[in-house]
Amino acid sequence: MSTVLAADGISKSFGGLKAVDSVSFELAKGDIAALIGPNGAGKTTCFNLLGGALAADGGQMRLGPTDITGWPPHRRARAGIGRTFQIAATFRSMTALENAETALMAADAAPENASNLLDDVGIGALADTPVTALAYGDVKRVELAMVLASNPSLLLLDEPTAGMASNERLRIMELVTGLVRARGITVLFTEHDMDTVFGFATRILAMDQGQLIADGTPEAVRADRRVQQIYLGETESGDA
Amino acid sequence: MGFYVAQFLTGLASASSLFLVAAGLSIIFGVTRIVNFAHGSLFMLGAFIAYSISQKLGFWLAVPLAALSVGAIGWAMERTVLSRLYAAPELFQLVATFGLVLIIQDAALWIWGPTDLLGPRAPGLTGVVRILGQPVPEYDLFLIAVGLMVLGGIWWMFTRTRFGILVRAATEDREMLQALGVRPARLFQVTFFIGAALAGLGGALEMPRQPASLLMDLNIIAEAFVVVVIGGMGSVVGAFLAALLIAQLNAFGILILPEITLVAAFAAMAVVLIIRPYGLLGKPATTQPHAVEIQPPQTLAGYGRIAAIALVAVLVVLPLVADSFVVVLTGDIMIFALFAAGLHFMMGTGGLISFGHAAFFGLGAYAAAIFVRDTGAGMEIALILAPAAAAVGAAIVGWFAIRLSGVYLAMLTLAAAQILWSAGVQWQDVTGGDDGILGIWPAQWASGTTAYYYLTLALASTGIAALMMAAGGRFGHLLRAGRDAPARAQALGIDIDRRRWAAIVISGTAAGLAGGLFAFSKGSVFPDVLAIPNSVDALVMVLLGGLHAPAGPILGASVFALLEDSLSRLSYWRALLGAAVVGIALFAPGGIAGTISAWLTGRRKETA
Repeated sequence: MSTVLAADGISKSFGGLKAVDSVSFELAKGDIAALIGPNGAGKTTCFNLLGGALAADGGQMRLGPTDITGWPPHRRARAGIGRTFQIAATFRSMTALENAETALMAADAAPENASNLLDDVGIGALADTPVTALAYGDVKRVELAMVLASNPSLLLLDEPTAGMASNERLRIMELVTGLVRARGITVLFTEHDMDTVFGFATRILAMDQGQLIADGTPEAVRADRRVQQIYLGETESGDA
Repeated sequence: MGFYVAQFLTGLASASSLFLVAAGLSIIFGVTRIVNFAHGSLFMLGAFIAYSISQKLGFWLAVPLAALSVGAIGWAMERTVLSRLYAAPELFQLVATFGLVLIIQDAALWIWGPTDLLGPRAPGLTGVVRILGQPVPEYDLFLIAVGLMVLGGIWWMFTRTRFGILVRAATEDREMLQALGVRPARLFQVTFFIGAALAGLGGALEMPRQPASLLMDLNIIAEAFVVVVIGGMGSVVGAFLAALLIAQLNAFGILILPEITLVAAFAAMAVVLIIRPYGLLGKPATTQPHAVEIQPPQTLAGYGRIAAIALVAVLVVLPLVADSFVVVLTGDIMIFALFAAGLHFMMGTGGLISFGHAAFFGLGAYAAAIFVRDTGAGMEIALILAPAAAAVGAAIVGWFAIRLSGVYLAMLTLAAAQILWSAGVQWQDVTGGDDGILGIWPAQWASGTTAYYYLTLALASTGIAALMMAAGGRFGHLLRAGRDAPARAQALGIDIDRRRWAAIVISGTAAGLAGGLFAFSKGSVFPDVLAIPNSVDALVMVLLGGLHAPAGPILGASVFALLEDSLSRLSYWRALLGAAVVGIALFAPGGIAGTISAWLTGRRKETA
């Protein structure tokens, strides 16, 4: 399988705190990988390094064969990285359709395809609704439609189901996995809900205190001692 | 050697009053996140009030009493206007304090009259001290001591008093403070009092050095902005260092080339912004408030095109039916509508605030005038040069501006415009100084009221239509995306810095074309075209019409011109304008178009 994304020893410190400490991994085409870890483990910082919102202190990132270390976010987006935010970000002065059109324009694609994108994420009927008037779950779908506009090769989804009721979580994850499989997109997502993680991920990366402590199939990670201690242990004792 | 030491001390003395103003500005910003454009006005009030008190009670009582009075005025300003705007977008906070500048300016004119008032010298400090053989006024040494004492006093207050610690906490994390049960309202009031009193003290202490004048407010505020941008917003020590730097640049720059002092201040600011975008000791803001309200454009639904065609048709027919006064007035309105449309494009669609747009208007006007005067060549080339010169100016200002946002951008644009204005006044060889440049007339084929009207109509309507199409098309959508959600826009592949830069250049180009048209319409150019009131006019037109309505600038320029035509003969027209600006910020942030469209939507909902 070909490597879509490679992170090689990426690091980021804030003051004395090593938020991401020499993390290395590779994602193969078609992976649906979950990045898990307790609060403060460095997941979001890791996402911001991969997306380019933060500059890494050290290490290298490659998208396919291309070295993207040091690239600003817009350049990474143009190279094929799409990302969603923990709190869905949309253009609030626009309708759902205009949001999708703008995303297509940003990717130099024809804005006429916007309604197809909205159909793909299941909100074609809400095209002319201002995003400020949409339910949060639908706003997340608009954001998903937007990141699909550029035909990305890699999607970074920061807590795609945060703020949703449990039946809605399931539906959005089914939607996402269906779409990415059909398009051959590789996914890295963070998630707190373990049912979602083990229900959908084909691979799991576990972080703790800035370091990557496990990387493998769901079964392997579930069996990993350190993961059990640090992370799943908490869940079993009823913390989460 | 002695001469340079004396010059250095003069610089230090000037730094003191500049520091007092900048420190007050910085403290108020740190706590309330409001950039008080009226802070220069408080400085001016300090000078005037101290003058009045000194006539009865003498110098030494006048200084502290003036500071306390100005503190009280600042407190009243906070209570009546600014406290209502803490949750508003930055633009309206800035605009409201700008309105206060105009009101205070006319109030001072009303109370103290137009002549400069020279106050008494400080009894006991009228002599000179010889340092290395050079005479240094005792009062300068006193000012240096006051500056250091105030710095020490502020340091003591911030580290040793409960109030100061709360102020620091509020600067760091306002939400946390509220969670701890501190009432921010009280804190904000006291902060405004102290910040205003510092400005008043600075003004009062200027008494022996310069007469109280109505020009003090805008002169000091532009310099204070340069100081806080260099020092870092919210940092008192930064303000102190930056005030020293600017004052020394002035003190020594004036020896080399008097004209260079202004450029030096701007160059210093530019260098600091490149190395440290948040100033020497400033920190990047953790949460960026929105500069403008996030709103969809208020269009005329399907009627926009019909309305535009109808308007152009009326304008084409107008000279055939109206007298020449109306034709000239309408021509002026079109020029200002183009100027306002450029500003509207950048502020409304781009969310980029400019408080110094006259810089680009003036660049266009001067470029056209200088070219015609020096080459004797015709209007046609001059009208190409005007927008081109403004575009170059906007590209330079914009290059710095895109590193900044919100209030910093407003300060940078204002400072840039003020510096250009000073150049217009001082660089007499090129600009003619206050005498301006005369005899700038249109080409033969375009001369005469009607012919020039049609030329204006053709260029202004083309320019406005181009701006509208850009705002409604691909460029506008991608620019608006950056305004609505910058991180989202970047993650979709939009290079928002480049787009913002382009928006500023486009906006400046439109202003430059308007400036060129204005020069030929009046036949002359004076430094007024670069001055702050001209920037304010454009700003008022945009806000009056409606920041989020494509037709806003046309509406705003028309209403503004009609109001100005009927009201500007009143002595206190500027104060009325200021009150209108404050009123828009407080009660009608959508302007005329926004208010109408809100009313229409309300009705539609009622009938539905």
